[in-house]
Amino acid sequence: MRVSRRARLSLRGIALLYLLILLLLPVGAVFIRTFEHGFSTAWSWITTPAAVSAFWLSVVIALIAVPLNTIFGVGTALLLARSKVRGRKLLNSLIDLPFVVSPVIVGLALVLVYGQGGWFGSWLLKHGIMIIYAPAGMVIATVFVSLPFVVREVAPVLLEAGDEQEQAAATLGASSWQTFWRVTLPSIRWGVAYGVVLTTARALGEIGAVAVVSSNVAGSTLTLPLLVQQRASQIGAGQITGAYAAATELAVMSLIVLLAMTVLGPRRAR
Amino acid sequence: MRIDVHAVSKSFADFTALSSVTLQVPEGSLVALLGPSGSGKSTLLRIIAGLEEPDSGRVLMDGADVTAARPQDRGIGFVFQHYAAFAHMTVRENVAFGLRIRKRPKADVTARVNELLGLVGLTQWSGQHPHQLSGGQRQRMALARALAIEPRVLLLDEPFGALDASVRAELRAWLRRLHDEQGVTTVLVTHDQEEAMEVADTIAVMNGGRIEQVGSPREIYDKPASEFVMGFVGPVSRLDGKLVRPHDVTVSLIQSEDAIEAMVLRVVHLGFEVRVELELPGGEVARAQLTRGQTEELELARGDIVYVRSPLATEATQTPSAPSA
Repeated sequence: MRVSRRARLSLRGIALLYLLILLLLPVGAVFIRTFEHGFSTAWSWITTPAAVSAFWLSVVIALIAVPLNTIFGVGTALLLARSKVRGRKLLNSLIDLPFVVSPVIVGLALVLVYGQGGWFGSWLLKHGIMIIYAPAGMVIATVFVSLPFVVREVAPVLLEAGDEQEQAAATLGASSWQTFWRVTLPSIRWGVAYGVVLTTARALGEIGAVAVVSSNVAGSTLTLPLLVQQRASQIGAGQITGAYAAATELAVMSLIVLLAMTVLGPRRAR
Repeated sequence: MRIDVHAVSKSFADFTALSSVTLQVPEGSLVALLGPSGSGKSTLLRIIAGLEEPDSGRVLMDGADVTAARPQDRGIGFVFQHYAAFAHMTVRENVAFGLRIRKRPKADVTARVNELLGLVGLTQWSGQHPHQLSGGQRQRMALARALAIEPRVLLLDEPFGALDASVRAELRAWLRRLHDEQGVTTVLVTHDQEEAMEVADTIAVMNGGRIEQVGSPREIYDKPASEFVMGFVGPVSRLDGKLVRPHDVTVSLIQSEDAIEAMVLRVVHLGFEVRVELELPGGEVARAQLTRGQTEELELARGDIVYVRSPLATEATQTPSAPSA
């Protein structure tokens, strides 16, 4: 289809305006409000004991959830794209469950299973294991909601790449393990990288499911998003700048992950 | 290495790809599996390679049963139609892959890869990636990669099918030379009868999951075992209910006992050859292929009535060579 120059320019203008109003303006506003009382004020808000603890809790949860979901995601994508196992269709639809179900419901479901009076509740209580209202439950909730990203990024890449290169590797003597590391993984690395970025962003930013299973105690079970929410909800307590500062910190962390992948990716490709 | 395929059958869902196929590939020979798409030729090759498992039957290599062996353990080199080049590796890394897997000393790998890159004429491309090569170059790289591990059998699945006609002709001649020099037992899958005739010592013509005939190119052409083989390996005309080669059709202006009356529809000059299209009494159209001299002598023109016969026709279809499979 041929599009006239004028139509092309106006389409571009509309797209940019749309992004500006819906994305850049609100995010920009947060940045501006963060630094309206100066950089040092913002810095002091993100270096309070509660903020530092929230930062580390968010990082630790991401460091557990992202590798787990990456390994599980690549494995499941291989299963979906390469094997002819029965039940693949069921698995394929189950993968999307975390996308379809509201995060709050995920949190409530975890309480029903692991919480007091839940299926495993009394057993866990007897053995002194805390899952709900403890970091363990927050990790499970994060793994749950960020599960589909790697699978959904990698499976189409695997399907498009086809399995001829893998067959060629087999005829050349490579074992399945060697084929995976030397042939399959290099050919899906971009899908994996993008999946990891999305998983990390979601793991850092998740609030709905995590809020339900967190005890919301500053210094122990507050992640950065929960801290933002807590500070923002205490109207009049003068904490709103603190909320903006933590929000900016969160955004910067996600941006760093995105940039790291973009910078490291092509180097590994060479 | 000698390969024996014994009574191999294979089905995919409700499609029968191979039904009880038996084939011998003698040591050092170059055998072509020739047939239309869906005839089972690629499936047979992939079963020999171990990339596909037969439902029943056995595959023997030098007398040893390898039916259950993995492709890794069969000592084969396999070349795919679409090259299956390792996209993230350079040409050199592609060719070295099999040797690295085998943990050969670095110096040996380098020497062997250099030798192979020279053999396939890619020395100056060794640092490039596959996407920077032409189709013909990629396939030569794939051949070098398969040859690097010194396979006992070279298996080629429509290796030139995705290439231009001129590159195809060049690579065919190259493959034949390579085979004459190195003597590796080779099985080639193709749907192109000319390619099979030019390259192979022996042709196995396949149709509908069975081998219709095995023989030298000349046997297959001159003594086809079935109408299918006859029609697949060369042009045919139907005359009086029999299949004949157009160049075996005799065209005469004089009526004789065994000749059929026909009307000239068209005379097509193709350089040395002349193709004459004829309408037979039943309205059927047949083709005869004559030399320019013959056509001039007969002074053929559109609308002429001629008498055609094919003395070889009866002989060709009634005394087929016994199919060895």
